[in-house]
Amino acid sequence: MLSRHARSEAIEKIMFSLIRVMSYVVLGALVFIVGFIIMKGYSAISWEFISEMPMNEMTRGGILPAILGTFYLMIGSALVSIPIGIITAIYLTEYAKRPALVKVIRLGVSNLAGVPSVVFGLFGLALFVVFLDFGTSIIAGSLTLGVLNLPVIIRATEEALMTVPMTYREASLSLGATRLQTIFRIVLPSALPGILTGVMLSLGRAAGETAPIMFTAASYYAPDLPDSLFSEVMALPYHIYVMATAGTHIQETRHLQYGTAIILILLVLMLNSIGLVLRYRFRKRLKG
Amino acid sequence: MLYLLMDTGDIQHRIVETAMAEKTKRNTSIGMSLIAEKIFEKFFMIIGLSCLFILMLIMVFLFSEGLPILKDVGINDFLFGTQWYPTSVNPRFGILPLIAASVAVTLLASFFAVPLSLAIAVYLAELASPRVREIVKPAIEVIASIPSVIIGFFGMVVVAPFLQRYFNIDTGLNLFNAALMLAFMAIPTIASISEDAISSVPMSLKEASYALGANRWETIFHITIPAALSGIWTAIILGISRVIGETMVVLMVAGGAAVMPGSIFDPVRPLTSNIAAEMAEAPVGGSHYHALFAIGIILFIITFFFNLIADYLSSKYKFKGN
Repeated sequence: MLSRHARSEAIEKIMFSLIRVMSYVVLGALVFIVGFIIMKGYSAISWEFISEMPMNEMTRGGILPAILGTFYLMIGSALVSIPIGIITAIYLTEYAKRPALVKVIRLGVSNLAGVPSVVFGLFGLALFVVFLDFGTSIIAGSLTLGVLNLPVIIRATEEALMTVPMTYREASLSLGATRLQTIFRIVLPSALPGILTGVMLSLGRAAGETAPIMFTAASYYAPDLPDSLFSEVMALPYHIYVMATAGTHIQETRHLQYGTAIILILLVLMLNSIGLVLRYRFRKRLKG
Repeated sequence: MLYLLMDTGDIQHRIVETAMAEKTKRNTSIGMSLIAEKIFEKFFMIIGLSCLFILMLIMVFLFSEGLPILKDVGINDFLFGTQWYPTSVNPRFGILPLIAASVAVTLLASFFAVPLSLAIAVYLAELASPRVREIVKPAIEVIASIPSVIIGFFGMVVVAPFLQRYFNIDTGLNLFNAALMLAFMAIPTIASISEDAISSVPMSLKEASYALGANRWETIFHITIPAALSGIWTAIILGISRVIGETMVVLMVAGGAAVMPGSIFDPVRPLTSNIAAEMAEAPVGGSHYHALFAIGIILFIITFFFNLIADYLSSKYKFKGN
């Protein structure tokens, strides 16, 4: 009996150590990837790098047009996904009465979230670029990214709205406020941090996605900054991809590639950490 | 007494209805705002249906741009043809090598990702102290947020040369490398959903196991994980679905050769990377263009089914209450 007990103790020890080691391997990989790129590329970062146009076939100079392009696409996609996403979530949590309909819409949202990003690219190409004749442009890319981000906003907003206590709504309604007044003055403000989390996560995603903008918005090299919604733009993720895989100066521009990667990582991590901190505080506030 | 039997939604509904009815009686200006309420409700509903509308639009455009290729090639030759020469004078549109590449990369990536993700899930749910959890959980979410082009870039400039030297192979850009990078990307999805499932196993089950003399590992292995299995399957299916649809990593790292993979160190060309690599050169409305959309249809259908299965599993088996 004792030996059997000792054996199961030993197995427990071995398995727990294995689980710990495996977890640390993954975390180590994360630290290594981010750390390696920062180590290799920080020397490329300078004020000129983020504020100047590329020069000499992009072998020198800065990445201003790519930064601006990504910025435009983030704003554009937010203008599409935020209003539609928030209103959809309001409808689902505050209005929809038939459970079957809610279920179908939720299923639609989760399926939309699962559509591969390159398929969104195809969709954007067929609908916005070709059918609506926007061409490869900021507006086509923004619409594509906006649609891609809808599920992110809807889910975050829905979660936030559902955590607003029912008593808030009842109190407001019993004081004579209408349903709309209750939603806009009581429910939405209480849910704001949760909604902002969704907004931040979606902005980060819009900044980092490459496949959806490859055929809808991004250009290899633009000599001028974009001047209208219908201009092609350079964008950070596409810029990294292009410089790392195409052209004749792949090796010479390695440090610029690392530099661009750092800017993109910093941008995305910043947006995501703001989002996560907001969510964390929001959940804590609701509990406490 | 009757109210206790009704759920809160119902009660809220009642309150709203009464409040509205009361007001209509009171005066007409409120009657006006009631009309506004009605208009807004309709407006919200139309927007609320937009996701379904968009899904439908995606299908309409994929199918209308993708199906024409089947007229030229035929579904059998398209799905099971082994030659992909879209731009030659006598073009061939057989996507079997691309399907094989996607399947191979996905299987190998799952082989790496599933054990690692489950280890993290068990670690977070059962072993880690609250302080460690507070660091590890966000760190896992950070992995999920790293843009795929960055992971692909890392695979190209760091992992590929390393593999080439260490395994003495022709190119480090191959199936193995792509699977490694994809596994890393799938880990957050699988780990966080599994962790939710494992944490939601009722304490009473575990206590019963301890009471019978099982130690912590035996309880985890024989009680907690089996009880959380449907959630874990949901997690794995969603993770795999993400791997199949991932584009930039395989585009940059998998090597790009449209031939049947023979070993795990062969360069391959999965479905997603094929679309991304060739769409720029495919003239709009040509056979090549239609063929790439048809590949999009296949990806859409696969991920659609995976999501339906995941959704079914997660709603079917859930611990009710506590």
